[in-house]
Amino acid sequence: MQPINEMKIEFLSKSNNESFARVVAAAFVSQLDPTMEELADVKTAVSEAVTNAIIHGYEDTIGYVRMECRLYEDSVEIIVEDKGKGIDNIELARQPLYTSKPELERSGMGFTVMETFMDSVEVKSEPGVGTLVKMCKSFKSLKGKQN
Amino acid sequence: MQVKFTNRGSTLVIGIIGELDHHSAEYIRDKIDAQMIKSTTKNIVFDFSKVGFMDSSGIGVIVGRYKNISKLKGKAAIVNPNAQIKKILEMAGIPKIIPLFNTVDDAVSSM
Repeated sequence: MQPINEMKIEFLSKSNNESFARVVAAAFVSQLDPTMEELADVKTAVSEAVTNAIIHGYEDTIGYVRMECRLYEDSVEIIVEDKGKGIDNIELARQPLYTSKPELERSGMGFTVMETFMDSVEVKSEPGVGTLVKMCKSFKSLKGKQN
Repeated sequence: MQVKFTNRGSTLVIGIIGELDHHSAEYIRDKIDAQMIKSTTKNIVFDFSKVGFMDSSGIGVIVGRYKNISKLKGKAAIVNPNAQIKKILEMAGIPKIIPLFNTVDDAVSSM
């Protein structure tokens, strides 16, 4: 299926770019005119994915986080990718409440939020190479709606 | 991002203004902890009326403060989170341990 619109951006792994990234993603997705709640879901999931890239992917180093958004008639696909340290055990990282950084008061709910707020979350990671998170969500409010 | 404190008897009302994510979490946490040390706080109320967005970083901040106040046998409450924040709180099971209220008055009088 061909997307009807697409965008790609790269930004530094600085924590002030977390709000930048989620606002950009929400602004782009709003072209489809989903409900406020659906838009808030996307914003929250993007915030989690980008925060993971910054805290865990790059840790105390600075690198580029790449975000891609593809819009379809009634759905969105978002990719958040870093070239950081990667995840050793993806299954463990995805478990609710698991955090590799308890000293930072992290809740360990990042992946759980992404999974709850999006329809699918795919994680590809290789230690020393980086991590790619692909999230998809179809907007029920737009199903069968003529644009 | 701003944090405003109001003392209501032995209850500290923490009014957060802005967005609560990983970027702002450390600042908010430090502000709250500094305030809790200097005042004679028994209970805390998080006023979310002016928080537009929160992600799971906010859960860490809330649960961390809740643990501290619980050690001192105090209570915590959350006031007026928007729909997005309520969804996150419910997903994390927070309302089971920290009750939600519509107004600061209701939260303070429940303490």
